[in-house]
Amino acid sequence: MARIDLVDLAHSYGGNDAAPESFALKPVTMTWRQGGAYALLGPSGCGKTTLLNLISGIVTPSRGKILFDGADITPLSTQKRNIAQVFQFPVIYDTMTVGQNLAFPLQNRGVPKAEVEARVRQIADLLDLTFYLDRKATRLTADAKQKISLGRGLVRSDVAAVLFDEPLTVIDPELKWQLRSKLKALHRELDLTMIYVTHDQTEALTFADTVVVMHDGRVVQSGTPAELFDKPAHTFVGYFIGSPGMNIVPAVVRGHEAQIDGHIIGLHRNYGVLPAGAKIEVGVRPEFVNIAAPASGLLSATIERIDDLGRARFARVRIGDAKFAARVPPGFSVPDNMVGLVFDPAHVHVYADSRLVEGVA
Amino acid sequence: MDKIVNQKAWFLVLPVFAVVAFSAILPLMTVVNYSMQDTFGNNQFFWNGVGWFKELLDPSTDLGGRFLASLGRNLLFSAIILAIEVPLGIVVALSMPREGWTVAVCLVILALPLLIPWNVVGTIWQIFGRPDIGLLGYTLNSLGFDYNYVSNEFDAWATVIVMDVWHWTSLVALLCYAGLKSIPDAYYQAAQIDGASRWAVFKAIQLPKMNRVLLIAVLLRFMDSFMIYTEPFVVTGGGPGNSTTFVSIELVKIALGQFDLGKAAALSLVYNLIILIVCWVFYTVMTNAGAERPAKQGGA
Repeated sequence: MARIDLVDLAHSYGGNDAAPESFALKPVTMTWRQGGAYALLGPSGCGKTTLLNLISGIVTPSRGKILFDGADITPLSTQKRNIAQVFQFPVIYDTMTVGQNLAFPLQNRGVPKAEVEARVRQIADLLDLTFYLDRKATRLTADAKQKISLGRGLVRSDVAAVLFDEPLTVIDPELKWQLRSKLKALHRELDLTMIYVTHDQTEALTFADTVVVMHDGRVVQSGTPAELFDKPAHTFVGYFIGSPGMNIVPAVVRGHEAQIDGHIIGLHRNYGVLPAGAKIEVGVRPEFVNIAAPASGLLSATIERIDDLGRARFARVRIGDAKFAARVPPGFSVPDNMVGLVFDPAHVHVYADSRLVEGVA
Repeated sequence: MDKIVNQKAWFLVLPVFAVVAFSAILPLMTVVNYSMQDTFGNNQFFWNGVGWFKELLDPSTDLGGRFLASLGRNLLFSAIILAIEVPLGIVVALSMPREGWTVAVCLVILALPLLIPWNVVGTIWQIFGRPDIGLLGYTLNSLGFDYNYVSNEFDAWATVIVMDVWHWTSLVALLCYAGLKSIPDAYYQAAQIDGASRWAVFKAIQLPKMNRVLLIAVLLRFMDSFMIYTEPFVVTGGGPGNSTTFVSIELVKIALGQFDLGKAAALSLVYNLIILIVCWVFYTVMTNAGAERPAKQGGA
């Protein structure tokens, strides 16, 4: 169990001399707290698996350091790092029974027999594998095999962290829910630091206390699900998280006002100085824009279609050339396709070159 | 719905049947026919029933004695060959690089012995081992070893075995290498995470994942070494004495040397049967060894 610090950690598969832009992981400095449940969220190829493999030692970083509780473990091999990792596809030792599979990481580290047995029983209980303990692992179904892999990751009580690399890819959707809540429960029960890599925002938001969003080799934001939703630090976080994603439209921002498509909307904060030459955009979540009957004070838009998501209805509208999504209030009906948009100023954010600009209150 | 009976399909099978009949069934039946008869040449045959087979299995007769002795030598030879080539092949495969240009170099070097015709291999080793002009024989003798495969039984055996190892270990190594290459990286990474030692990785991952190709390797090497003829014939001619006379060499001596077609036919049938049975037993045992009885699913 440990706090994990990444110091200027960066990696390129092309070696250290590769162009900075080609790095699979651009320099990152961050801290993972002991006992936290983290999700590393991002699209395929954003560097999240690279980051995970750097922490576990499967990949050696081109630059930077990894500290466990302040001690530099960057040069240590995976075996010596005291870390557990579960992979995307189940890894099963064919010749062993389920029980032997679970015991393998402990036996390799010379844990006393009685302790191994007790721990294997405990983990098998938690994962509902007790029934299979004496079975050969090869003949089980894919999800039972993945449970064994999970079990091997969780069986050591002294690990610095347990890393999950999209572990539920091969699992049926129904079981996915069960296993995910199980992992969450295990996290509470076992007091382990868990880092969970996924490209599925639901998975990330339901599993983690802290979600780390990655994009193009960079960590763009790290925060609680609520923070990611309310105040995305990067336009990417805005539209990657949330369904539908955040509306991001080019705008001219001056002081307390933003001008979108010739129409001025009020802002909650004052944006006095914006970086010169930067691309200025305004971002607002569809949840904080309501559709109303067209009026002179409202930004006007044309409805293209209305999606009924069950819990809410969202209108896909068009403002000039920009696409926009907005909430349709219950009972609202439109005479024609022309509507007005009502913004909630507290939730309108300003972005300069895709990064959030903090206004002054 | 009634099935439409159409016998025309038989005509499609006919060409294959004809080819197989001419290439396999007719020659085999000729051998069966010979095995029941005796001949003194001139195309005169005399009925002998199962007489040759009885003799063949009776060590007190000349034919039986020669057959059983050569069979014993052959089994010993195959056992030694398997005991050396399989572990050695695995070790070679394990120590080969997994990627980079060296892979191609290793593969070519390994493939070389396999590309050399049997009798050339025999000739190479026959000369290589000669005490007067052969590099190996001369060197050994000048180092003080009294090595001579023509006069010493042990030396003859050693030469034939080393030659076979040289010729065929590559096959086992290549098969194992293919098996190793098919193991996904995740297994090695998981083993690293689980803190497995090199030996544990071999035992828990590599060996079980190789077991299919190993089965093939063992079968191929058994059959080949059990049927070996050319190389020992070229190197030692079955000698000194009869010490390296394997079943196939004995068979040729009887069939072509003595022109005892009946005896030779009976011998080759039994020989064939032994290979079939051993391979079948091998295959059954090895495919069942890894597979447990099908586990009942859905208990919990």
